[in-house]
Amino acid sequence: MRDVAIVSFANHITSHAEGDDVEMLVPVITEALRAANLKKKEIGFTVSGSCDYLGGRPFSFVMALDAVGAWPPIEESHVEMDGAFALYEAWVRLQHGDIDTALIYAFGRSTTGSTRDVLATQLDPYVMAPLWPDSVGLAALQARAMLDAGTCTEREMAQVAARSRRSKKPGPGAHTFAEMQAGDLLGLPYTTAPLRAHDCAPDSDGVAAMVLVAGDRAKKLTSRPAWIRGIDHRIEAHQLGVRDLTKSVSTALAAEKAGALGKSFDVAEIHAPFSHQEILVRKALGLAGDVEINPSGGALVGNPYIVAGLDRIGEAARRIHDGSAKSAVAHATSGPCLQQNLVCVLSEG
Amino acid sequence: MSEPIRKIEAPVRLEFTVEAGRALTRFLSSIVEERIVGRRCPECTKVYVPARSSCPTCGVPMSEDVTVADTGTLTTFCIVNVPFEGQTMKLPYVYGAIVLDGADLPILHLVQGIPANEVRMGLRVKAEWTPPEERPASLEAIRWFTPSGEPDAPFDAYKEHL
Repeated sequence: MRDVAIVSFANHITSHAEGDDVEMLVPVITEALRAANLKKKEIGFTVSGSCDYLGGRPFSFVMALDAVGAWPPIEESHVEMDGAFALYEAWVRLQHGDIDTALIYAFGRSTTGSTRDVLATQLDPYVMAPLWPDSVGLAALQARAMLDAGTCTEREMAQVAARSRRSKKPGPGAHTFAEMQAGDLLGLPYTTAPLRAHDCAPDSDGVAAMVLVAGDRAKKLTSRPAWIRGIDHRIEAHQLGVRDLTKSVSTALAAEKAGALGKSFDVAEIHAPFSHQEILVRKALGLAGDVEINPSGGALVGNPYIVAGLDRIGEAARRIHDGSAKSAVAHATSGPCLQQNLVCVLSEG
Repeated sequence: MSEPIRKIEAPVRLEFTVEAGRALTRFLSSIVEERIVGRRCPECTKVYVPARSSCPTCGVPMSEDVTVADTGTLTTFCIVNVPFEGQTMKLPYVYGAIVLDGADLPILHLVQGIPANEVRMGLRVKAEWTPPEERPASLEAIRWFTPSGEPDAPFDAYKEHL
């Protein structure tokens, strides 16, 4: 395997974006390239993640190419998925060995429509989608299954939410939440029982950009590249009825294949749009008790759909870039109730 | 055995509120005032109409607004002979690419006021604006383009814009 590192990451999360996709993307792509000490023309491969259902218009990823300037023609790809899976494609592309650099970007605007309803359209079109079970309702079914199985408690869920809110000071335009203790959060009413408002990620708009560089060139470009020491993703069945929603076997398998099991990490960034899902993923990753979880605040304080998974990997890489962590594990998810999961192991060396 | 089920109905309806973005908003708010606003790329110096935020060739932000003329040159065109649902124009009619004077990229619009079989590349045209009180914030603020009466532009004048 060829050594590949995340050399830079830039992102922006807001409760409601002004400007179009390109206007949002240009500043973060510019910042990611600047931090990587690379010019646009030096990028060997460009790959983006976005979802046309989210914006309600076709081929939005083609229009977004204005943000990179595809002339002379560039080598480009796109996934209709979270940017984390675009990162995976870029990592595979760099394994080919003929190019050393890749740019990944993702854009997602959850506030253009009703994302919880949009996500119902990804379900089985014959027996599930016609019933319009929205994403929050499905997550609530999963939380109920976990509570009944005794694999989490409502207090533990509230503790996840309280910690997320404490973790991060909101940036300009970000969501603001009252800092509350878990006990106080438990006094709030259910929104979709057994979930309360704090158990569910907000709908956010956001963009992110990341630069990957292979081999020695990564060391030349930046002082502390975050090396990808393992990356894998696994998917479970589409039909929710055939899955055990109280477990995340795809996360556990991806973690095993990425070499994350049995290792200790300074930081874990977990992509959990619902509080109970963090508890589930934490177990599937087999994390030790001393690992710092979601220092970025995680998706519960800012969740631009399609971007939030790449954000997790980028936030983990940031901690290695700034020297506050030597090792990190990052997780990204896609699909209802953690259907598909990606695990990425990062290290300073 | 019962008849196989060949069809189910599962209607999907989703509503979206799309942001035009800052650059396109400039264009749309100007066109209701009978002004056509584009943006110039600081690197390649091309003027894009309608205004967009970033140069698709250079990938750099564009911030300089440029008001272009409502006259221009027809670079290429087609003659529509086929009726379709919702059509409002009388057949045959001409739809063409028009490079407005001062712009580097053509816009697509209708060409009227000339028999279809007399339309030609290089034809000089002028916008026919809708009355201000019924003017929408879209390219339909211009009803169509008609011949301006000027001599045809020579091929060399627009060959870069084809």
